[in-house]
Amino acid sequence: MLSYIIRRILYAVPILIGVNLITFLLFFMVNSPDDMARAQLGAKQVSPELIHSWKEARGYDKPLFINYESEGIQKATDTLFVQESLKLFSFDFGFSDANRDIGSDIKERMAPSLAIALPTFLIALITNISLALLLVLFRGSVLDTSMMILAVMIMSISGLFYIIAGQVLFSKMWHWVPISGYESGWDGVKFIILPVLIGVFAGIGSGVRWYRSIFLEQINQDYVRTARAKGLSELKVLFGHVLRNGMLPILTGVVVIIPSLFMGSLIMESFFGIPGLGSYTIDAIHAQDFAIVKAMVFLGSVLYIVGLILTDISYTLFDPRVKLS
Amino acid sequence: MKIILLWTDVMVWLLVISLLLWAWTVSRSPQVRKLWHTVFKSSIAMASAIILLFYLLFALLDSVHFRLATTTNESQSKTLQYGGITSLLDIMFSHNMKNTERTYSAPFATHEYTKSIVLNEHGVTKQEYLPLKYVGTGDDIIGKSIFAGFVGLVIVGVLILMHILWRGRRGLKSELPWRTAYLTFGVLIITFTWLYLLSYHYHVLGTDKVGGDVLYQSLKSIRTGVLIGILTTLIMLPVAVILGVSAGLFGGWVDDGIQYLYTTLSSIPGVLLIAAGVLSMQVMMDNNPTWFETTLERSDLRLLFLIIILGVTSWTGLCRLLRAETLKISQIEFVTAAKAFGVGKVTIIRRHIIPNLMHIILISVVLDFSGLVLAEAVLSYVGVGVDPTMHSWGNMINQARLEMAREPMVWWSLFSAFVFMFILVLAANLFSDRIQRVLDPRNKS
Amino acid sequence: MSTMLAVTDLNVSIGQDTLLKSISFEIQQGEIFALVGESGSGKSLTSLAIMRLLPDVISIRSGDITLHNKSLFVLPESQMQKIRGKQIAMIFQEPMSALNPVMTVGEQVAEVIKIHLGLKKDAVRKKVISLFEEVALKNPKERYGWYPHQLSGGQKQRVMIAIALACEPDLLIADEPTTALDVTIQAQVLTLLKKIQKDRGLSILFITHDMAIVAQMADKIAVMYHGEIVEQAERKTFFTHPQHPYTKSLLKDAMVKIEKHTIDIDKDTLLEVEGLKVHFPIKKGLLQRTVGYVKAVDDVTFSIKRGKTLALVGESGSGKSTIGQAILSLIPVTQGSVKFENINLVDLHDKALKVYRRKIQIVFQDPFSALNPRMNIGDIIREGMISLGVGPQTRVLQDEYIKTLLLKVELQADYLTRYPHEFSGGQRQRIGIARALAVEPELIICDEPTSALDVSVRMQVLKLLKKLQKESAVSYLFITHDLSIVPVIADEVAVMKEGKIVEQGLVSDVMHNPQNAYTQKLLLSAPKLPNNENI
Repeated sequence: MLSYIIRRILYAVPILIGVNLITFLLFFMVNSPDDMARAQLGAKQVSPELIHSWKEARGYDKPLFINYESEGIQKATDTLFVQESLKLFSFDFGFSDANRDIGSDIKERMAPSLAIALPTFLIALITNISLALLLVLFRGSVLDTSMMILAVMIMSISGLFYIIAGQVLFSKMWHWVPISGYESGWDGVKFIILPVLIGVFAGIGSGVRWYRSIFLEQINQDYVRTARAKGLSELKVLFGHVLRNGMLPILTGVVVIIPSLFMGSLIMESFFGIPGLGSYTIDAIHAQDFAIVKAMVFLGSVLYIVGLILTDISYTLFDPRVKLS
Repeated sequence: MKIILLWTDVMVWLLVISLLLWAWTVSRSPQVRKLWHTVFKSSIAMASAIILLFYLLFALLDSVHFRLATTTNESQSKTLQYGGITSLLDIMFSHNMKNTERTYSAPFATHEYTKSIVLNEHGVTKQEYLPLKYVGTGDDIIGKSIFAGFVGLVIVGVLILMHILWRGRRGLKSELPWRTAYLTFGVLIITFTWLYLLSYHYHVLGTDKVGGDVLYQSLKSIRTGVLIGILTTLIMLPVAVILGVSAGLFGGWVDDGIQYLYTTLSSIPGVLLIAAGVLSMQVMMDNNPTWFETTLERSDLRLLFLIIILGVTSWTGLCRLLRAETLKISQIEFVTAAKAFGVGKVTIIRRHIIPNLMHIILISVVLDFSGLVLAEAVLSYVGVGVDPTMHSWGNMINQARLEMAREPMVWWSLFSAFVFMFILVLAANLFSDRIQRVLDPRNKS
Repeated sequence: MSTMLAVTDLNVSIGQDTLLKSISFEIQQGEIFALVGESGSGKSLTSLAIMRLLPDVISIRSGDITLHNKSLFVLPESQMQKIRGKQIAMIFQEPMSALNPVMTVGEQVAEVIKIHLGLKKDAVRKKVISLFEEVALKNPKERYGWYPHQLSGGQKQRVMIAIALACEPDLLIADEPTTALDVTIQAQVLTLLKKIQKDRGLSILFITHDMAIVAQMADKIAVMYHGEIVEQAERKTFFTHPQHPYTKSLLKDAMVKIEKHTIDIDKDTLLEVEGLKVHFPIKKGLLQRTVGYVKAVDDVTFSIKRGKTLALVGESGSGKSTIGQAILSLIPVTQGSVKFENINLVDLHDKALKVYRRKIQIVFQDPFSALNPRMNIGDIIREGMISLGVGPQTRVLQDEYIKTLLLKVELQADYLTRYPHEFSGGQRQRIGIARALAVEPELIICDEPTSALDVSVRMQVLKLLKKLQKESAVSYLFITHDLSIVPVIADEVAVMKEGKIVEQGLVSDVMHNPQNAYTQKLLLSAPKLPNNENI
């Protein structure tokens, strides 16, 4: 088990190097440090000296991949790529264009992101699974077919519609909750309710359909017939056998996104004015702040890889057939 | 007249040609014909397909670009000059393009939506609703509607009659739900004729902040949505199929390499990767202003890049699926039999593996389509979508979302964008459901 | 004796299609009632109807089923649940999938006790362990916490039987309980069932396709054919005086005579396998080092003469199929040689091998996966002809050639343009044979070609293979787990166990006078028909 985890973590290193290479290609080759300097310093007619000093201040004056001026191993290490990668690997994200420490910004903004993303995730999981089980219990009935049609319709509507409609109805017309904003602690609940509800509702269509298909696949298995032949009621069959087996494919889809919850939701946070990582990212994209986008890309992949490892570990915990070696 | 081929036009028409070729080759196999027959036996699938074709028709109409010749008498000799780039759809709606109002107006309104300060003949300032410039008195809307409905009915009647006669002459007896097909077709044509004929007298879906016609914008947006939906798949498909099949069939270091590639790519959050790509692309385009002459060409190039970026970022899921399935198929005995005959790997892929993967590919293409149409709206909101000057539902939503905060609300831009999108995505989802039910072998029992 | 279960005039249909037609039979207290028939005859459907577990799309048109003279059809579902598992219990064909993979086997037995008997936790556990002892599961206390995947097929079926017996049912429905098991395990499970039936005075509805098992187990027999019971009789009269022609043909197909076999020494040897070893590495640890080998085939030597058949017999996992693949050079050989016409194929590279690909062909076990569902029959057969350059090379002539081939394997010539899904298992197997024959091979490796087929079809395919051998002097390496068909097809037989050949020789010698203990056990385990004294 331990050796497996170590192997998985070691396997993550080349992937992160790959991620770095991709971001590096996008941010330093397509968009060279000179371009960045010019974009940052404003006018097109900035003097070469100014650009040089801007690059020097950020350490961007090194060659991209191979430093011909250096000796030995330094030829490869004293380059922009290696230096930038090393910084990222030590989670040193540097400074944004507005000269703020990105690392501490991220720390500060994780909590509001989680405050939205975690409840949305949990409530959605529970609602979707319960609804799916209900539909499987009444499979083939009018309830089932009409709910499935409803599910297709729900998933055919743009998520932006739910947000706008929700804000208009609940905040603007009925004044139940504030339209946007954020506060930490229990006072902040009133800000969270609407985005969480909308997030849950927007995902209900595809969610229920997915879980339902998983459970339906299980219900046609031989062991379910055995369970019925034992004299179990349909409810016991569902909860005792189908749910337990269905949890395994659900795990693969669900566990992997748990770490990514830290990243927050781009759209939700920006519409509701939540000062989380999602709105941070979106602001950075709008402001074309490459340093922040780069940091978020790296953070995102790290969290995804953590999610992959967690998925494998959860499999060993829940599926007796899987023994990691 | 000079035909202009934008980059995306080239791709669209290439796609149409290859689709037709594919349909032709496929239709020769009685087995596949039967499968498609089963797909269309469902009336929902039939109706969805007709709606999808209707959208596709608009996208194609909007993909024929040209410059119209205008003769001028500036000097002694007549010189031939070309106007701006327009499309067939623009010609159809040239009245709406030209008739730009001053500001907001509601659907079918005769007056502006907000009061303006005007100076009357007595020199007194007054707030009043100004009449719209290009809308008449607005009377007899019912009479015009009846006329439009009648015209629509005639068109529908003639077309359906022609089809029935054609079917009768071919002696085709099929259990396909033609009645549903005619009904859907009829509703679509009549609604469109009604909207179109009335658009000469009204702004049927209202106007936006700068007085642009919302119906025209919504229809123009169809091309953007449909193109992103299908061209992205076109880019992504060969990559996913080639890499997925090779990984599954060859194994060893090829498999390791491909797995590494897609794990790496899929580990980056999708929106961020797209954002990073689009941001870099913007810088690149800013640095190379010589690549395009007009704003239309610029926004077209940006659309092309966006499609490529979406394609590059979205092949991983399908690739993983195809790899697993190839692995499974290559263990099946008919592949072993082929190997025992000494059949080469390429032939095995072409003859045994790809045909047995077709259902997965097809299902994912149709499923991805609706996802991409929805994604366009989100990306445009984030600011990494299509060019802001381009007509798209995402841009319409983005520009109009603050209008909901106005008192009273300006709802029609948002509403139109959402409705146009909803119908397309719903049709695609229903169609993909049906395809999945028919083609997925797991559903056979 | 009282009537335990009575099925009267049961009609079952799906949509417009009738699945069961007027089924009537009675099972007495303490009786084993066998329902015999081929796949699709409706025997499993009948058992599900008794349990009221038919899928929703299938409906019962008329008839009644009574248990202890009380109708099961009038009961509400909640009452029926009290009967399932308590009064009527059931075991299924596939022990691999019939148990819940994520529950311990102990829990699965305990579950049925809890809902029907309402015992306390400790009492339940005790009961489960005693049940495990009754079904002869070793180390019952330890096994309680095991998961299904940790048990072998036979052990899983024992767990299934324990679940069925847990609440002391009046009637046990056993739906092909041993079909998926190896022959030695099958014998053990059948003995166990018989013993339990005697000890408890249980009634059993035994569903099977195997006449020999019927002979061994049943008191009364009903034969089903196309949803109807065509014959019903006591065991004795059934085997001595079968009435219905279908029953007669079933019994005839199940009986095999062994003729005296001889091998001409002067015939030349076609294939010589010497010291063949196929080992698969086991990888473990941080660096995925090879820590050991699975010895799938371990030092195997045999030879086949031209125009003769060698049967390779063994239970699952004995390595018999691996040998076939090694001869075809589809998997790497660890050590040893495969000489075909005195050329060692192991040394050859892809290109040089192509000549021999033509001469060695294969027919597979599963008729459903052996043919590409997206290709028509003509193209399937054509594939090898094109790849190996055999026969005519123009399409029109090829079509003619393929048509004669189809006639040769007793199919119709116009099947050429049809697709695999239009054919039955037996027909597909014939197509598979035609595909192999198309390249005029000298050796065909038949990898369990008949084990997925019904008894009557099985015989036809074997006869076809025999006929083709006479016509073209092709040799067969016939891989099978079923000793009973060996005399029909083979001249020589080699018995395999755990990657090694334990005994080989002429069929008549080995079958009449087995020397090796394992061969003896195999022969003893195989169920036999009563009046088949010459085995």
